[in-house]
Amino acid sequence: MTATLEPSRAEPGAAGPIVEISGLDVGYRRHRKVRPAVLGLNLSVAAGEIVAIVGESGSGKTTIANAIIGLLPENGRITAGSALVDGVETVGAKEKVLRALRGSVVGLVPQDPMVGLNPTQRISSQIAEALRLRGLRSDEIHQQVLAELEHAGVPEPELRARQYPHELSGGLRQRVLIAIALAGRPKVIVADEPTSALDVTVQKRILDHLVGLVRETGISLIIITHDLAVAADRADRVVVMQTGRVVEEGDPRTILVAPREQYTKKLIAAAPGLAHGGQLAPRYVVDRGSLPAPILTLQGVTKTFRVTSPTGGHHNFQALSEVSLNVPRGQTHALVGESGSGKTTALRIALGLEHPTAGSVVLEDTEISGLSWGKQRPLRRQVQLVHQNPFASLDPKYTIKQSIIEPLVSFKIGDRKARTARAKELLDQVALPTAYLDRLPTELSGGQRQRVAIARALALKPNLLLLDEPVSALDVSVQAQILDLLSELQRELGLTFLFVSHDLAVVSQISHTVSVMSNGRIVEEGPVAEVFKNPQSAYTRELIDAIPRGTRALAADPESRTQDAEPTAHPPSER
Amino acid sequence: MTRYVIGRILQAIAVLWAAYTVAFAVLYLLPSNPVELQLAAAGVDPGSLPPGQLHAEEAKFGLDQPLIVQYFDHLGGFLHGNLGTSITQDIPVTQVIGNRIGSTLLLSLVAGVVALIAGTTLAYLATYVGVKPLRLFLSRLPAFGASLPAFLTGLLLIQFLSFKLDWLPASGQQGWQSLVMPAITISLITGSVLAQVLMRSFEEVMRQPYIITARAKGLSRGAVQLKHGLRNAALPAMTILGVIAGLTVTSSVVVETEFTRQGVGSLTQQAVSTQDIPVVLAIVMLAATLFVVINLIVDLLYPILDPRISHYPKAA
Amino acid sequence: MTVDISGASDESAVLSALPPLQRPDEVRASRHVESGRYGNLRAGLAQLARKPIFIIALLYVLFVIVSAIFPSWFSTGQPYATFPTDVMQPPSLHHLFGTDEIGRDLWTRVLYGSALTIKATITAVAIGLVAGLSFGVVSGFYGGWVDALIMRIVDTLLAIPALLFALAIITSVGYGTIPVALAVGLGVIPGFARTTRAEVLRVKTQPFVEAARASGASWMRVLVRHILPNSWGPVAVLAVLDAGVVIIAIASLSFLGFGAPPPASEWGTLISDGRDFLVTSWWLSLLPGLFVAVLVLSLNHISKTLQELER
Repeated sequence: MTATLEPSRAEPGAAGPIVEISGLDVGYRRHRKVRPAVLGLNLSVAAGEIVAIVGESGSGKTTIANAIIGLLPENGRITAGSALVDGVETVGAKEKVLRALRGSVVGLVPQDPMVGLNPTQRISSQIAEALRLRGLRSDEIHQQVLAELEHAGVPEPELRARQYPHELSGGLRQRVLIAIALAGRPKVIVADEPTSALDVTVQKRILDHLVGLVRETGISLIIITHDLAVAADRADRVVVMQTGRVVEEGDPRTILVAPREQYTKKLIAAAPGLAHGGQLAPRYVVDRGSLPAPILTLQGVTKTFRVTSPTGGHHNFQALSEVSLNVPRGQTHALVGESGSGKTTALRIALGLEHPTAGSVVLEDTEISGLSWGKQRPLRRQVQLVHQNPFASLDPKYTIKQSIIEPLVSFKIGDRKARTARAKELLDQVALPTAYLDRLPTELSGGQRQRVAIARALALKPNLLLLDEPVSALDVSVQAQILDLLSELQRELGLTFLFVSHDLAVVSQISHTVSVMSNGRIVEEGPVAEVFKNPQSAYTRELIDAIPRGTRALAADPESRTQDAEPTAHPPSER
Repeated sequence: MTRYVIGRILQAIAVLWAAYTVAFAVLYLLPSNPVELQLAAAGVDPGSLPPGQLHAEEAKFGLDQPLIVQYFDHLGGFLHGNLGTSITQDIPVTQVIGNRIGSTLLLSLVAGVVALIAGTTLAYLATYVGVKPLRLFLSRLPAFGASLPAFLTGLLLIQFLSFKLDWLPASGQQGWQSLVMPAITISLITGSVLAQVLMRSFEEVMRQPYIITARAKGLSRGAVQLKHGLRNAALPAMTILGVIAGLTVTSSVVVETEFTRQGVGSLTQQAVSTQDIPVVLAIVMLAATLFVVINLIVDLLYPILDPRISHYPKAA
Repeated sequence: MTVDISGASDESAVLSALPPLQRPDEVRASRHVESGRYGNLRAGLAQLARKPIFIIALLYVLFVIVSAIFPSWFSTGQPYATFPTDVMQPPSLHHLFGTDEIGRDLWTRVLYGSALTIKATITAVAIGLVAGLSFGVVSGFYGGWVDALIMRIVDTLLAIPALLFALAIITSVGYGTIPVALAVGLGVIPGFARTTRAEVLRVKTQPFVEAARASGASWMRVLVRHILPNSWGPVAVLAVLDAGVVIIAIASLSFLGFGAPPPASEWGTLISDGRDFLVTSWWLSLLPGLFVAVLVLSLNHISKTLQELER
């Protein structure tokens, strides 16, 4: 039984905009001063329109979302301007007025589905709460809860309704959050980075579904995102923001094809999916037959983990099954997979931090899979790791200099003078000023910290660098810089990279060859150009398709935009 | 799950046994002969007694046996409910404690209820109130309450409510009036501790993203705090119940002495000053058992109350 | 989200075990005025200097400690000198805390009585800190059966309330500063052990520890250079808080009659002695009591301020 959602009360285009913001200034109070986050915002959203607000961190986009719904954090202040929601002024409005708007006029789909649901309440109660606020009678609620879940694309709604949030996958939780937002039958939905925390294939499905639902019901949608491609693909209008101000605004096609502003051009150039007019152009093209000899080989590696539940029972978890790969010398080999694919485990085994249950790992002609830590130690000088999280991979109490030279200290290389000289040399190589030597990590930005991590990895002059999602925590423009740096270092120093990532677009910018992983197995491998042009496995094809590339925006036929967006049923691979 | 239950129970037993050993060691291994001390306290010089008589006294209390035998004797006795014989009063310890335990239980219960209600209310209000100065004041109160030593609070209360205003009796345990001040003194400490823990727990919970989701539905702050905040905040605070029980026991020693109540607390003070070792051992073991049992109950209840543990997703 | 405060031996340990409140993540690092290795320290001290109540609390604690070591600096009298003509005088400029039933100046007695308590407090906190820290580090670092064993030992210490344990020791050997300090010190070990263990576990899983290992650092180096420096924060906070708890415990013991024998004037003994005269001469009990209470309050405040600074 699929009950259809009634279309929204307003007809598209009628009776003025749902959201009308003029001259809005928002800031955060800190130490008796107000630091501005949004300046002079003018934004108008018509009924049934989809608007995307795009910006990097610090652009103020999340602040706008919170301001519209009247849920700024405690130190947030609206210092000027007006924000009309459905004709009601929200700036300076009493809590009662705002509460009347929340849920029934403005719905919110929050950012991180893993923490967006009350962990101690069943799914059904959380949706029922929204329904009750709408005024549904008690006896109708249970049926309606199931209907809402079904509409949001949640399979087996009876089962899921009874469960608790931690029993659902990230994608399902996000659908539940969408269901909650829709349950109030709002006129506009604000989706705050609705899919950043999810795998790219799940992302695509959920966004498609959400856009389809709003088209069907005539609800307006405001998408907040850092991903210009995602915005361009789904929205009727794109608003680009930088440090609190609107930089550019327009329809997606114009923005992508003929951007006016420097910043927009920079965003487009930095996004691998957009930089070449929607075509993924790999940086390196190599021939499968003429690859250099491998510096690292994994052969038939299997890894099983024993997992204990909090109440004492345990079961076996197969992280890797028969994984084999070669990393050619002097080049970059990428290991691509979504979360849970086992790529990080494979990396840790390659580094020697974990031992495989079966199989062999050969580094520079030495078998390392069975070696104890002590025996592995000399090999440490050959292989180094760059970690994903630049905020946690540097000891917050160590100065930059101390962090960089620590490998030298561990191996007792050089005296103090020599180490300081080397530290300066390394900072130069990663294009950071030597004045940073005495700074602490908290004084550096994410991109700068990642450069320090790279410098540290180079301290021992290794031949092989293992990089675990080194740019996924960074802004898009910073991403491009780091990738460029890595390519340059590879050229200058003859380094080999094993690059782990979930992002195929990023991979195409830095890798020569690639292995695609899913559920602990390698499903495809080969030169990047080849795999992208002729993907052999269905999974790879799915991954490539899911990359947001502004394809719809760039499509010549504007009609195709509305046609494609239909609520898609969940595919069986989603739990 | 049964493995977990059995494991926790075994651990609890092991801890109790270790506590018994430690207490026994402290009381019986350290140099002193309780009977001699007793006699000396009564003004009789143990050296002047005929050797047989001293020996007979010691034998009466089993003190002439080798220590290891005494250890197991007492242990066996405990397990059978026999807590030994009081050296001062020459009657079974069970009787001595039994006479007093009613008063202590009553006081503890009343203090516990007051602490629970007051502490929870204070924590709730401190999180809910929007006016910043008031909230600051409320959140500082528990720290203040926990800093006041029991003996001072009791004295202050006696000074004002008993001597100055003559509302309540300063000592004794007649009628409900005599319970008021001792209960307030104890619950001031335990309630403050509870309030502090709950407040931190609340603040942590109210900053969680799912609170924003709930408010975005259109719920008022009060409704959100009640329906979403309370359960999530109370769960981790449950683990402090054992600590609160321990604090109640400790406070009652001081409070009962101060207010001249005939409870196990004041009994402790008397037993220590008369060096009545069996009584002290029994009281220490009672306190330890209380603590261990409460913690065990909390540990066993927690997985049931926290759906993240009781509804653990099976492997796909 | 679950917060594990099961490890606390007292409220102070519980409060330190709760995670600090999170600020919304800022991807761009905030600009610090101070930079460099001691920048954080300097910035922290500057912040502390701006808090008047903290300064007052700190000064009071320092005053109590100094007056315990050099009581003659703050009082001209002698603790055992009597002023027979000034028996039972309320507080005045001449006798700050008044006089007692045989004419002794109470203020002087309070100051001279501090020495024993302060000595015992420092000893007890030192015992708890050193033993608890060691337990916690070993437990968190090695894990496995070592961890389980140490935690069971800590559980046992927890099961017997510190006060009762001290009373048991007093039953056996009578009063003595060392036995009392030992007993109370044992009682605060669990808090330190669990807090340290939690911190070690937290830091151990951080990527920078793994990075250090991957670049060749031995476990010993990692422990001493990375884990310990990042773990001691909450422990310091707890130490200050537990000092207050210990002071209350020791004062309670002497209040119950198990303090140093007369004519020593420990705080608890003074308060207890004054009970008999509460109706007529309230100052005999209440002023020493307030003296102690303000000390504990100050320590609590210092601890809380340090904790807020930690974040």
